[in-house]
Amino acid sequence: MSLPHWSYVAMLVFCLVGTLPLVPAFRLRVLRQPGRLLLTIVVAGAPFLAWDLYATHARQWRFDPAQTLPWRVAGLPLEEIGFFLVIPLVTVLTYEAVRVVRRRGRVRRPREHREVS
Amino acid sequence: MTYTAIAVLAALAAVALDRWGARTRLTTSATWWLAYAIIVGFQLLTNGWLTGRGIVRYDPGTIVGGSRVAFIGDGRLAFAPVEDLGFGFALVLTTCVVWVWLGRRQDGEAG
Repeated sequence: MSLPHWSYVAMLVFCLVGTLPLVPAFRLRVLRQPGRLLLTIVVAGAPFLAWDLYATHARQWRFDPAQTLPWRVAGLPLEEIGFFLVIPLVTVLTYEAVRVVRRRGRVRRPREHREVS
Repeated sequence: MTYTAIAVLAALAAVALDRWGARTRLTTSATWWLAYAIIVGFQLLTNGWLTGRGIVRYDPGTIVGGSRVAFIGDGRLAFAPVEDLGFGFALVLTTCVVWVWLGRRQDGEAG
């Protein structure tokens, strides 16, 4: 396998490298709720995975074998399955980080004399 | 159905799920729109990588654009078909709706 085969993997790694640091930075409790997180990924991702399978088999889109790893699951590159794990995860992390930032802004201003967490 | 049609339907279905299905009403909150604004920026970047390099290629018959992979124009934005914005919006909103809905259920059971 040559370097171009890792092109899609590189994008997924980029997404994780960019968002996982949000967990310690904002003390997110997302990863401490594995059941809720896993259920979110499965329930939200399933219809989109089904859509992806339909579109791939209807040849609405296709994947370059030279820029993906050789493994296929029901015609989809392994990375495409990974996409539906990674994107919901980074979505939840981003949403929760924004929530923390906005909550801090709301709490700090009127109660600055009290404890600031 | 074309990718264009499914993408529009998926975006509408996600909003319907948020407003009337799960009643999470995230699309009425500034927090969610701010998170989405950040995510869509990175979507354009990462999806531009996937589509600009031709890692993913589209049948011109199923999108509003043609077979030419333009940076902008001809039904494309940052190399990706504009339909991908519908796909992304629906996926991001549905994910947040399910996440928040499950959280509220847990809180309800705990309290």
